[in-house]
Amino acid sequence: MSRFAALVEVRLRPGIADPAGATIERSLPALGFPDVSGVRTGKAIRLEVEADDPGAALARVEELCRRFLTNPVIEDAVVSIGETVVGIGEPLPGVGDRPA
Amino acid sequence: MSVTVGVVLFPGTNCEHDVVEAVVRAGGEARIVWHGDHHLAGVDALVLPGGFAHGDYLRPGAIARFSPVMTAVEAFAREGGPVVGICNGFQVLTESHLLPGALQKNRGLAFICAPTELEVVTDRSVLTRGVAPGSRLRIPINHFEGNYTCDDATLAELVDGDRVVLRYTENPNGSTGSIAGIANPAGNVVGLMPHPERASDPLLGSTDGLVLLAALLVSAGARLPVAT
Repeated sequence: MSRFAALVEVRLRPGIADPAGATIERSLPALGFPDVSGVRTGKAIRLEVEADDPGAALARVEELCRRFLTNPVIEDAVVSIGETVVGIGEPLPGVGDRPA
Repeated sequence: MSVTVGVVLFPGTNCEHDVVEAVVRAGGEARIVWHGDHHLAGVDALVLPGGFAHGDYLRPGAIARFSPVMTAVEAFAREGGPVVGICNGFQVLTESHLLPGALQKNRGLAFICAPTELEVVTDRSVLTRGVAPGSRLRIPINHFEGNYTCDDATLAELVDGDRVVLRYTENPNGSTGSIAGIANPAGNVVGLMPHPERASDPLLGSTDGLVLLAALLVSAGARLPVAT
């Protein structure tokens, strides 16, 4: 059993209105960023999970997302599993790097 | 026989005393039910009032769903007991899957505290029993996340099943179908964003909320054994 760092990115599902993202996007031209679009807001949740291997850790966190961390009516989630965490409470290595 | 309404108090709920007061004005009795309780102590109906249960952390209602009392609330609802969620209580009921859909942030990101005009769409719910469909009620809303959202299939189920209970005559928050309140298929679980308890005295500008609360008392009373 190891302890894995995980990053859960909760996103509004495609087609669900995102008033916060739309408000940010509307302000961009006035700030000199007319070239930025497609703004969508969400939330990021970091946690640690005990599991035998990264695959088991991923399955566990995805189950947590289904039951609690997301509302499937309006949200979905992307889960990234990072390296094994040695000490609890230390920085979480390898997590937060979004896949290309 | 007087009807007793249990008013569920979560940490962060802030409309419980208003609901108790309004229920008494409507002719019933009311009792606060703590969220940590496992039993409902024989109440005849339940109201989940407004506020910010568990601080609205993660999502409004997401954590309240796991409060110990919710197991009893779900059992009460399954048995046909009248359950009404007002504002944050509506959010708790959707998160608990007792009602479909979700309450999203308002269109335009505005927190809205204002009177609204509502149309009663159906009398097939515990909150509108005996209230003529088409009636107009003036009842205030007070929310940031009251934008009712569901997919097309769910909306069709709600409309076809006569489960849209209340609509805004002028959509204030972007709600799908201008929906202000819905019911489960049996009509005994109702969620609504407007606050009937805040329209329960002439001093508040309207007494139309008493129409709904009185209907709830009638619905609950109809389930009681008839005294012989």
